[in-house]
Amino acid sequence: MSAALWVVIGIVAIVALIAIFVWSLYNGLVTSRMQVRESWSGIDVQLKRRSSLIPNLVETVKGYAAHEREVFENVTKARAALMNAGDAKSAAEANNQLTGTLKTLFAVAENYPQLRASDNFMQLQKELSDIEAKIAFARQFYNGNVMSYNTKIQVFPNVLLARSFGFTPADFFAATEVERADVKVSFEKKSA
Amino acid sequence: MTIYNQIGANRRGTWLLMILFVIFVAGIVDLIALALGGSYITGIVVLIVAGGFVTMSYYAAPSMVLGISQAREVKADENPDLYNIVENLCIGSGLPMPKVYIINDTAPNAFATGRDPQHATVVVTSGLLQKLDKLELEGVIAHELSHVKNYDIRLMALVVVLVGLVALAADFMLRFTWFGSGRRASNRGRGEGLAGAIILIAALVAAILAPLAAQLIKLAISRGREYLADASGALLTRYPEGLARALEKISADREPLEVANKATAHLYIANPLKGHESWANNLFSTHPPIGERIRRLRAM
Repeated sequence: MSAALWVVIGIVAIVALIAIFVWSLYNGLVTSRMQVRESWSGIDVQLKRRSSLIPNLVETVKGYAAHEREVFENVTKARAALMNAGDAKSAAEANNQLTGTLKTLFAVAENYPQLRASDNFMQLQKELSDIEAKIAFARQFYNGNVMSYNTKIQVFPNVLLARSFGFTPADFFAATEVERADVKVSFEKKSA
Repeated sequence: MTIYNQIGANRRGTWLLMILFVIFVAGIVDLIALALGGSYITGIVVLIVAGGFVTMSYYAAPSMVLGISQAREVKADENPDLYNIVENLCIGSGLPMPKVYIINDTAPNAFATGRDPQHATVVVTSGLLQKLDKLELEGVIAHELSHVKNYDIRLMALVVVLVGLVALAADFMLRFTWFGSGRRASNRGRGEGLAGAIILIAALVAAILAPLAAQLIKLAISRGREYLADASGALLTRYPEGLARALEKISADREPLEVANKATAHLYIANPLKGHESWANNLFSTHPPIGERIRRLRAM
């Protein structure tokens, strides 16, 4: 067997190894990106469940506190914004806005003991709080998948190929300034 | 160690143990097969038969365990708080919802069973539900779900088969030597005199010590997986203190769990057969010492 033949075999082997590496890298990245998308839809499911509860909640509170118009408007606007949000980033911001307005709504409800005692309100409050917990866990799972995917496309040697394959980093579902700010609760009676 | 380091180290440790264990078992079985005048074929046949048994138990085990433990299933509306906790943690870990069972016993404890996440069951005692608050209960359920997610039940089933294999082979060896069939081996001309004798002696020693060594390895693997489930569960809840407090409460409760016995003890979150914690006992325990588990959780 001549030396030339060995060289050819060596080159073929190296090319084959590289090809296998690129193949498994691509498949790994596709799988990781799919996991990110699937876990995003997990958050979406919980957000939709919350959105569907909100009209009922607003009506219940209106029954006892009809003149708190500004609060209701904010909630309704934020809810509409969330339902129109397209991608992860704008949905995260819209969600944080909505959470803020809901906090204000519940703070206002504190002023009305009859409302607080009503079965309907208590039931809605319980359901809403459970959905918030589910949203939190869904976010946690989604962010975990995003971390894993973003790491995979940034480590060496994956980083050399990821961009040319069209893999861009995903956004975390993060808290913004609105959510991190403390909610100011005021118990002054507003004039009708 | 950070939570991620602990998880990685645990997984590598288990792989290493498993590989060593398989080599160990294969070696013992072959050694004994040789000494008895058989061939490598004997070892392979034994492995296949044992594999058949494990496949059967793989599918039947969960219902057997649940039957022995007198557990009853709960639906969402029967115990919404418990169901909610399990549901939320499944969302957080990406697992499908398992079946939820309750055992009527005031001793606080929990376990998980099932060959993969699609066929899993989580069981808690009524005592656990009474004695723990929400965060502590979340810690315990997160630990059990981590067992499911890490395929620990499947792993331990495999390990149990390997241990059984070693015990079988050792038993075989001792019986044949007792009845003097060592003569048969030398009649076939295998092993010229001294070599044959050495193999025979080695196999005898192995037959006596191997089952013990196999048990110790199995218990070491079981303890490692318990630490891993602690760490994975803490990563899921992002609140290791919950499980730490739960473990404190469970270990402080001196009452033994009536439906548990040696066959099912290894499944539970804390050793249900209350005993004294000593160095020798720890070596033979399916669970790591609770004090060490709590320390590692609080160090995360």
